Amino acid sequence: MSTSVNILALVCAGYAALLFLVAFMAERAAKRGQGRWLQSPVVYTLSLSIYCTAWTFYGAVGFAARSGLEYLTIYIGPTLVMIGWWWVLRKLVRVGRAQRITSIADLISNRFGKSNTLAVMITLMAVAGTTPYIALQLQSVTLSFSAFAAAGPEQARPPLGNSEATAFWVATGLALFTVLFGTRNLDVNERHHGVVMAIALEAVVKLVALLAVGVFVVWGLGGGAAKVIAQIEASEIATWEIAPSRWVALTALSAAAFLTLPRMFQVLVVENDDERHLRFAAWAFPSYLLLISLFIVPIAVVGRSILPESTNPDLYVLSIPLTSGATGLAVMSFLGGFSSATSMVIVAAIALSTMVSNHIVMPIWLRLMGGGALMSGDLRNVVLLSRRFSIIGVVFLGYVYYRISGGGAALAAIGLVSFAGVAQFLPALLGGLFWRGATRNGAISGLLVGFVIWLWTMFLPSFGPDAALSASVLSRGPWGIGALRPEALFGFEGLDPLVHAVFWSLSLNTLAFIVASLVSFPAPLERLQGAQIVDVFRHSTRGQRWRGGMAQSEDLLLMAQRIIGATQAQGLFRSVARAQGLEGYLPEPTPEFLNQLERELSGSVGAATAHAMVGQIVGGAAVSVDDLIAVADEAAQIMEYSSQLEAKSEELTRTARQLREANEKLTELSHQKDAFLSQISHELRTPMTSIRAFSEILRDGEELSRAEQGKYSSIINSESVRLTRLLDDLLDLSVLENGQVSMNIEEAPLVDVLDRAISAVGLAGKLAIVRRREREHILLRTDTDRLSQVFINLIANAQKYCEAPAPTLKIIARAKEGRLNIDFVDNGRGISRDDQRVIFEKFSRLGDDRESGAGLGLAICREVMERLGGTISYLPGQGGTAFRVSLPLSGIS
Amino acid sequence: MGKTVVLVEDEPNIIEAISFILSRDGWGVHTHSNGDTALAALESKAPDLIVLDVMLPGRSGFDILRDIRSHATLGTTPVMMLTARGQTKDRERAMELGASRFMTKPFSNADVLAAVRELAGP
Repeated sequence: MSTSVNILALVCAGYAALLFLVAFMAERAAKRGQGRWLQSPVVYTLSLSIYCTAWTFYGAVGFAARSGLEYLTIYIGPTLVMIGWWWVLRKLVRVGRAQRITSIADLISNRFGKSNTLAVMITLMAVAGTTPYIALQLQSVTLSFSAFAAAGPEQARPPLGNSEATAFWVATGLALFTVLFGTRNLDVNERHHGVVMAIALEAVVKLVALLAVGVFVVWGLGGGAAKVIAQIEASEIATWEIAPSRWVALTALSAAAFLTLPRMFQVLVVENDDERHLRFAAWAFPSYLLLISLFIVPIAVVGRSILPESTNPDLYVLSIPLTSGATGLAVMSFLGGFSSATSMVIVAAIALSTMVSNHIVMPIWLRLMGGGALMSGDLRNVVLLSRRFSIIGVVFLGYVYYRISGGGAALAAIGLVSFAGVAQFLPALLGGLFWRGATRNGAISGLLVGFVIWLWTMFLPSFGPDAALSASVLSRGPWGIGALRPEALFGFEGLDPLVHAVFWSLSLNTLAFIVASLVSFPAPLERLQGAQIVDVFRHSTRGQRWRGGMAQSEDLLLMAQRIIGATQAQGLFRSVARAQGLEGYLPEPTPEFLNQLERELSGSVGAATAHAMVGQIVGGAAVSVDDLIAVADEAAQIMEYSSQLEAKSEELTRTARQLREANEKLTELSHQKDAFLSQISHELRTPMTSIRAFSEILRDGEELSRAEQGKYSSIINSESVRLTRLLDDLLDLSVLENGQVSMNIEEAPLVDVLDRAISAVGLAGKLAIVRRREREHILLRTDTDRLSQVFINLIANAQKYCEAPAPTLKIIARAKEGRLNIDFVDNGRGISRDDQRVIFEKFSRLGDDRESGAGLGLAICREVMERLGGTISYLPGQGGTAFRVSLPLSGIS
Repeated sequence: MGKTVVLVEDEPNIIEAISFILSRDGWGVHTHSNGDTALAALESKAPDLIVLDVMLPGRSGFDILRDIRSHATLGTTPVMMLTARGQTKDRERAMELGASRFMTKPFSNADVLAAVRELAGP
């Protein structure tokens, strides 16, 4: 190696060290929360300049030298987007924030129902589209090294092996840098402050370098602006015809690529700190492009005039100062190109590794590990590792492409292949952002169609004839099918290959996307995501940064108090504030604190809800569909739980009611038992009182007359009889109630049973009985003794209680509707409505008639009739007291 | 003597027995088979003792006792309650309402006589 190359290597190493330092400082400042300047719109705008890669730095001059002003289209595209499509950008940035988008693959798959198929497709396509681009950067760095070597004192062009070694070491160095700064830690928002700062610095370096070369060319070599302009006028560049179709195609292509290149998406959307930065970038970035393209034509024209024909126009930027002896300027120019190449590779590798890791490696790893992986909590290291290997893989792929393509193609051509590849994402991206009818199937169809056409018409032919595709396929089509010729699809000949490829791939892509969307139906999640993303401005607020200060902390405290209670919330906030060295209740809302708060809250409301609530206040991020679904799950669980509780409490209420009813019944029974015992006591003690009193009188009474002795003896006798009858009734009733009575079924005519009952009562008094004996010749088949007992009770009651002057009892027997009814109706006052309800209860003696009887007669009658399969009831409205004894005729012959 | 006892009782045989026992000892006995007629009679002339059954037709002995105790002239007249139910809560209720003595049926004639002598004074 020549000395100059060694010096160059040293310069590169020193420059790389500077980048390291800048990135490191920026990271540290961001971590400490000091780096407000890191989030300035200037840094954002400068970071966008990764659009200008080594292709721009070296290739644009070559482009201009070969194709005239056409190179301008590469700048016009992004300029149009920044100025004219700021509303698209704004929406992209808002969606990116609201949905926590990490890459373009993430965005499109999110929009179409979180389809991982889509994410994998886009990732693979992005890798395929970016690989040539990385190769291009390696190639340009290698070329620039060799340019220095060629100009060196040894005059020996480095052997091929040497340039390959250079490419390898450059690739290794870039991979190392990217691994170090792209995967230092995992940020939820996928932001890399250190890297962004480094590429901002590189943006300045490359702009200054190109401007310096331009100034040197115009005023140092060309003899001033006027002379150079005259020289341009005279050169063939000015006379080159402009092909309108190529201009339109190239402008559209670069505009599309500006939105869809993974690295552009990374800086434009993912690394965006504040949506308002777009307003600044809308004029600042086009200005940057204007400046960087200002001296392209003069350098190309002057280069052509002073350098030999053999010199590669792609290296004019380097060759001109070298041949002019301006070594310092050459080194500066070299650094500019180096900057362009490295910044592109770093950001592209980060963007691609995120996609590869998130959508390919991690899903596979998780599936292999099964459910346990999510529990182990060690995912972080796995993710970092997969990112690192993805970065190395992506850079290495670029190197392989470089080796295979042999570094033959012109820089600009390789760049355009990449542009056209990633431009295939555009229909799905724009359709997803603005058209609610777009579906997953539409996106997949469009991407597949576009990608296949791109591969066939652009990517494979880019390796040159007989490399990837044979020359015969190129000229005659596969298997001789002319309609499928890669550069004349469907027989469209005579088109520029680039215009041809861009036209067919993008238009068929769009067509497939629209048609498939129209004929397919979105899944529910797609519909939901579609609404969230298309109407993002309705669903979200402008993104705010975490460093919101005290106002946010106050909101957080208010929310936390509502959820975990004032004391606990204030305790938590105060302890965190103290740990941060702050007075009072309000800590800085650092990510650590927010995570802790989320954990605290999740104990009360569930993790998803807690995340959503904290996110609402702090992240500025709208609640994502995942969050909503998780919240809904939690709510469903809570609802299920509460409905279980409700069912339980209903059960309890029911049980309590049953217990209460049982208790009431028991209490009632207990009262009845008390009342019954009290009644029995009274009924027994009353006759015993008379018996005892008179027996004592008789015992002590020598002075008693004979009449008195007889009277008192008969009182004792009658009270004894009353007592015995009472005991008989009680026993009788008890036996009847317990169902232990045995029936003595026999046949007898009703008239006989009535006769027997009347004679048993012994009508000594004045009660008259009215019967129609001729109707009573009905043969009964029943326990006639028991039935007679019922009749006796009824007749005796009439005899006792009928207070009419001429008491009469009518007994009427009547067979009716399958039953035999025997009515006993007297001509007394009857029984009041209230009393009618209790007459069949035990001891229910009515009125103040003090005839003997314990009030058990009707209770016994009721029990007897029940045993005989009949009934006894009071008949209201008969004039006097009226009872009906009813027997079923089935028991009657 | 000339001391009088008013007996309120609904069982004819028990009226007969108590009347006999007290008359033989020289007490003037007026009997009523229900509380309302008894109260009307008592208002015209307060006896030396009232013997009151609990289980009366119509208004119970307790109701009558309450009326007696709230009455201007009968308030201090001793009242002896008789009951065949023999429950402690009846005794408690009677004493609460201001009964002077509570006796359970059946009783010994000597006890009744002793109680009447003690309550109505010598």
